[in-house]
Amino acid sequence: MSSQNKALGSSIARKFAMALSGLFLLIFLLQHLIINFTSVISADMFNAASHFMGTNALVQFALQPVLAFGVFFHLIMGMVLEMKNRSSRPIKYAYSKPEESSTWMSRNMIITGIMVMLFLGLHFYDFWLPELKTKFIDGVWNIDNRYFHELQEKFMDPVRVGIYVLAFIFLALHLMHGFQSAFQSVGFRHNKYTPIIKKVSTIYAIVVPAGFIFIAMFHFLAH
Amino acid sequence: MNLTLKIWRQKDAKAAGAIETYQVSEISEHMSFLEMMDVLNERLITEGKDPVAFDHDCREGICGMCSMYINGEPHGPDRGVTTCQLHMRKFKDGDTIHIEPWRAQAFPIIKDLVVDRTAFDRIIQAGGYVSVNTSGNSQDANAIPIPKEDADNAFDAATCIGCGACVAACKNSSAMLFVSAKVSQLALLPQGQVERKDRVLNMVDQMDAEGFGNCSNTGACEIECPKGISLENIARMNREFISASISKG
Repeated sequence: MSSQNKALGSSIARKFAMALSGLFLLIFLLQHLIINFTSVISADMFNAASHFMGTNALVQFALQPVLAFGVFFHLIMGMVLEMKNRSSRPIKYAYSKPEESSTWMSRNMIITGIMVMLFLGLHFYDFWLPELKTKFIDGVWNIDNRYFHELQEKFMDPVRVGIYVLAFIFLALHLMHGFQSAFQSVGFRHNKYTPIIKKVSTIYAIVVPAGFIFIAMFHFLAH
Repeated sequence: MNLTLKIWRQKDAKAAGAIETYQVSEISEHMSFLEMMDVLNERLITEGKDPVAFDHDCREGICGMCSMYINGEPHGPDRGVTTCQLHMRKFKDGDTIHIEPWRAQAFPIIKDLVVDRTAFDRIIQAGGYVSVNTSGNSQDANAIPIPKEDADNAFDAATCIGCGACVAACKNSSAMLFVSAKVSQLALLPQGQVERKDRVLNMVDQMDAEGFGNCSNTGACEIECPKGISLENIARMNREFISASISKG
């Protein structure tokens, strides 16, 4: 095996790839929030933005497959790393105090990550599958005022809104560690900039999930 | 002070171990933790019982031999000290103290609290050295100018005593802090430049082969390290590794 092939399968390369996919998903999440937020401002604005994202060829056939791969890769690699990590300590400590030296968020990324992925299943069922049906089975591409109505309809159900809120709390916990950890994994650590990254990480982890929760609650309470 | 000790006992590498409970009395708060263990062992020997096996050597906090997981933390509740430098004044009369060996697949138990840490030796053998001419005409290291900041960072990394507390503290049994300290120490100095790329690739390869887990940046290793080795070293090793992987091909 060449040294490069060996390096690609190494623990550091896997963490590096995990971090890059995570950073990519962070950018996507912010973009998603901005578009969703337009639904609070104006139905027309939200419909226009959604129609653009749903029909633009670059978004649909270039960015969307990259996004799907990013999500899938992040999930699978997270599972692979977790299994390896668990096997590295076959006998657990009888008495342990991990809270003395690390945060709950950093130790439970797999739990918060799985909860977010489970939510994604519901999210795809709610929005992505109907979208695929409308476009690829029904062949309807040119109705640009249906998105806001679909959004309102979904957020009328209190159970769905409850799940939505819970999922974004898990996402916040995941991001609290994941955001700043990704920079460490790619080797970026600096006396001046790392404290700033940690602050931005905390702000992002609170503001972005809170934004999604606000939008869901806004539409639920509006009806 | 009087204490209850709950200690992991295991006859040998293949035997099943279990926690056993012991009472010790009249322990001085000025004793080190290992001296308290000596008191217990003297009593066990007097009673004709098998003393508790534990690693120790210098008892000055510099050799890296002592390795107990005390009350849920490597080297116990104090910060910046090894088990031999942990003193009984950190505990109270009547306390129950839990004592276990380092737990990691790469550190198999030899007996009781003694684990096999030769995985660290094999990682060092894979690249944790500089090749210098030792035929008598070696250049004086002090003759080579080195920026103060680099020298300080290299020295800080070099203070790693290889005790394995980082592995014991990490939820993934990752050895990244140890390996990164050794990589950093040499990567920062002029003498380490010749083998810089091969060193990081080979040491990380050996680290993975030994069965240590992946770093998930919890930071527990840095907190529990008796020598205060910084996570900065792990970030540096990540950079070194990615850079060497690309350039070595």
